[in-house]
Amino acid sequence: MSNATQGMDVGYVAHLARLELTAEETALFQGQLDQILHYVEQLNALDVAGVEPTAHAIPVYNVFRPDEVGRSLDHDDVIANAPSAANGQFRVPKIIDQ
Amino acid sequence: MADLNTLTLSELSDKLAAGECRSVDIVNDVLACIEERDGRIGAYLTLDRASALEQAQAADAARAAGACHPMLGIPVAIKDLINVKGQPCTCSSKILEGYVAPYDATVVSRLRAAGAVLLGRVNMDEFAMGSSTENAALGKTSNPWNLDHVPGGSSGGSAASVAADEAVCSLGSDTGGSIRQPAAFCGCVGVKPTYGRVSRYGLTAFASSLDQIGPISKTVRDSAILLDTICGHDPMDSSSIDLPATAFAAQLGSDPSLSGMKLGLPKEYFVEGMDPEVEKAVRDAVEHCRGLGAEIVDVSLPNAKYAIAVYYIIATAEASANLARFDGIRYGLRIDGKDPIELYGRTRAAGFGPEVKRRIILGTYVLSSGYYDAYYLKAQKVRTLIRDDFAEAFRQCDAILAPVTPTAAYRKGEKTSDPLKMYLDDILTTPINLAGNCALSVPCGFASNGMPVGLQIIGDAFNEEAILRVGHAYEQTTGWHRQRPEW
Amino acid sequence: MEYEATIGLETHIMQKTGTKMFCSCRHEYGAAPNTHVCPVCLGYPGALPVLNEKAIELCCKAGLLLGCAINPYSKWDRKNYFYPDMAKNYQISQYDQPLCLGGQLEVEVDGAMKTFAIERIHQEENAAKNTHVAGGSLVDYNRAGTALMEIVSEPCMHSAADALAYMNALKQIMQYGGISDCDQEKGQMRSDVNVSVRPVGQKELGAKVEIKNMNSFAFIEQAIGYEIDRQIAVLEGGGRVAQETRGFDADRGETFTQRTKEDAHDYRYFPEPDLMPVKISAEQVERWRAELPELPAQRRARYVSELGLPEYDAGVLTSDKAVSDWFEEAMRHTDNAKAVSNFIMGEMLRLLSGQGTAISESQVTPEKLAAIIALIDAKTISTSAGKQVFEIVFNEGGDPKTIVEAKGMAQVSDDSALEGWADEAIANNPKSVEEYKAGKQGAINFLMGQVMKASKGKANPGAVMQMLKQKLDA
Ligand SMILES: [Zn+2]
Repeated sequence: MSNATQGMDVGYVAHLARLELTAEETALFQGQLDQILHYVEQLNALDVAGVEPTAHAIPVYNVFRPDEVGRSLDHDDVIANAPSAANGQFRVPKIIDQ
Repeated sequence: MADLNTLTLSELSDKLAAGECRSVDIVNDVLACIEERDGRIGAYLTLDRASALEQAQAADAARAAGACHPMLGIPVAIKDLINVKGQPCTCSSKILEGYVAPYDATVVSRLRAAGAVLLGRVNMDEFAMGSSTENAALGKTSNPWNLDHVPGGSSGGSAASVAADEAVCSLGSDTGGSIRQPAAFCGCVGVKPTYGRVSRYGLTAFASSLDQIGPISKTVRDSAILLDTICGHDPMDSSSIDLPATAFAAQLGSDPSLSGMKLGLPKEYFVEGMDPEVEKAVRDAVEHCRGLGAEIVDVSLPNAKYAIAVYYIIATAEASANLARFDGIRYGLRIDGKDPIELYGRTRAAGFGPEVKRRIILGTYVLSSGYYDAYYLKAQKVRTLIRDDFAEAFRQCDAILAPVTPTAAYRKGEKTSDPLKMYLDDILTTPINLAGNCALSVPCGFASNGMPVGLQIIGDAFNEEAILRVGHAYEQTTGWHRQRPEW
Repeated sequence: MEYEATIGLETHIMQKTGTKMFCSCRHEYGAAPNTHVCPVCLGYPGALPVLNEKAIELCCKAGLLLGCAINPYSKWDRKNYFYPDMAKNYQISQYDQPLCLGGQLEVEVDGAMKTFAIERIHQEENAAKNTHVAGGSLVDYNRAGTALMEIVSEPCMHSAADALAYMNALKQIMQYGGISDCDQEKGQMRSDVNVSVRPVGQKELGAKVEIKNMNSFAFIEQAIGYEIDRQIAVLEGGGRVAQETRGFDADRGETFTQRTKEDAHDYRYFPEPDLMPVKISAEQVERWRAELPELPAQRRARYVSELGLPEYDAGVLTSDKAVSDWFEEAMRHTDNAKAVSNFIMGEMLRLLSGQGTAISESQVTPEKLAAIIALIDAKTISTSAGKQVFEIVFNEGGDPKTIVEAKGMAQVSDDSALEGWADEAIANNPKSVEEYKAGKQGAINFLMGQVMKASKGKANPGAVMQMLKQKLDA
């Protein structure tokens, strides 16, 4: 958390999140986010050694469903929602291997 | 016009059952009110009048054929992030432009099964990220008590529609206070159920481990009726808990005595910066409860002060993943690019508003390589401490009394330029979501500017019965809830 | 300098479930695009995943078959990355608490037994299918969200032959266990291969190069071979091998740089809030263990020890699960294991390969083969007649007994009939008789052949031999 005071690389993180930001947005967010991260640093004061993290508010285990076929969506409804489609499929710009 | 829209759900339910009015009459009055007022309030994003009337006719026909349910024929406004088959579900975002939900959320199926009338879709902060309904891309909502003031958020449309009699009751969602705070700002009752009480299936996720759908209504009893209708186990939501059927409304008696009940008062909850008028209203409410026979005990929630830091790490982290699906490929807005990466970047830049972008970036950052342990893992551990605090407190009392917000509703634009300042207002509501407990907000007075103040009643996990009982007793013996904005 | 390669495999196997991992859409190959999709597997707003119980069982059973420990507590995580084949733009996977831990695979490589260690098996979900067309790509989400498990080996292999043997054994076990059909054509088994090279004697491993997503064993073999040579050449030239992800160009038989370490993904794993952790009790593990089918190695040993088959036969019969299952079924109708084995390894496999059909589709059913063997064992027909019957049933179907009767194939053991043919043969071949009497034992075979010829193959060879000896030795 010591890094927080140096501020985050908003441009890099926005790219990870696939958000194209304008220069103005980047500058605005930089200041606001640094301020928020600074606020969050108060957690440093807390000793949490030996404390288990909470991922679920209510601890429950083994929630399963049987392997039984249910209803799928109507193909036409699915394609009607697509911004671009061809041959019953979703059309996207050419995918390059990552 | 018989002004049926001004009555409570429970009053209307009785009238319907007694044959004193029809669902169609109620819906007509509600539609007329919307027609008259919503230009000023801006609660509704979409409204299908024909469909509402059709549903009302169907409900009347069902009743004639012998059907009965307290929700039969009652119109409900739906926060615009809950999927209703065949309707848009914008989440007040441009990114869901053109999306038509192909399925019903489980709460919607339950409302349909009960014969409720799905009235229309109401405004909110974009993806439920906000506390004033000012982060809304498709319209602004005003507080019915003073149109220059915010209705609160994120379920601002849900609360404003009920406060303005444009809906009998509504559904909101609460991730960090998004039901309780607008209910308090608009002088309504709002319930954040225990995590796992109400199915999240069909609720567009903001922060999956915190989100709950809940009712906003004119009275505690009305909320109990709505909660009875929508809650219960759902195999489509792994976090929904399998418990016996509830009878929250039936358990609310006419005796307002609270004797035998212990109510906790957390000293940490009267925070620095709290409006003295709010504090006074809440302390008066505490005394009122004492007068009803409750024993008031001091409890401590020492880690509650970390709730904002913890909340804004956990909620944004989960949101950063939950909102990744809005990418312009399968539904919604799309701004093309030369490759998928460019398409994503442009679509999401154009589709999301600034607050959503800010939170996605924050959430992405706290999960990123090298920062996870310092932020996310740490926050999860402090979350444990906050839960433990509540568990300890509930060993000493049946419910906790507290304010909902540090101030009453403020003027529009007052806090929009300072996100952190806006976040800090959630200090009294977020701990409950982090712990997974239930809580409700009930009107307990007014600030000198005429804006309502809410009393928060917090309960242990799955002890909605206790908070509804306290809220109902308080409400029956005070009457704040009967005050309505003037038109 | 001498170099040593180290290889680890991450093998993705699609499980044989009826529905997807987190939703009730049908899991079916080859359906019309985007017809087995729902809000969950399309990543619609508000949709939530729910665990498929069968997939969990199959993953754990795969673990048990590979000697893994079943993790008493496992959990789910989101692996974040944007890609059009991943509807939610995160994959639900298991990061630090997978279902299965540890394990090993014993395999024969070039005649020597080797043990390859398995690090873990985790459950995740499959991606959608992209097809490239002019000016773009098309995405079909039918496959999206189907159950996929990843079996991660330790970096414990040292050659392409090791990797190939490991994958073959893995495939065989998954098929035997009913976990997956491992049909590579359908993408049911794909591997990422990690290859590094270091000078012999060096302690730490060399830089790891990952070759992604290959389904053909032949390509994997080529890619490993190419990559080892390439890395050695880099080191020999005084260079450093870059840690990176490479693709395999099947046309050129070469690997190529896809992604360098610098632009490696930041997956931002975190616990999946929508799914609850899984706790598996020791009792549950034992119930599953009791249901496990016999593995090829176990079957093979049993065929030798209990059925008395030669090692060679046992090996051939168990190498293909379908053949082995067929054999097992036949053994329910006869006790003559060696005869069944002979027919399968001989006639059956020869005729099947000629026709290109599967053993399960053969007109010779296990029951019919048992009937043919019974006819031979009762000496109703000769072995060679038995083979003829087999071929007739294989090509035309029909009941073996009816065929034997209709074609008059029953062999003759009746002394009076044999006597005539024997006397005739002795009378017509004095030279052979002479030779036999002079001590040339083999000469009797010629006489025997004459009797068989006269009987049109129907004479019982044993009875003929006995009679000829009686007459000549008298
Ligand atoms: Zn599906």
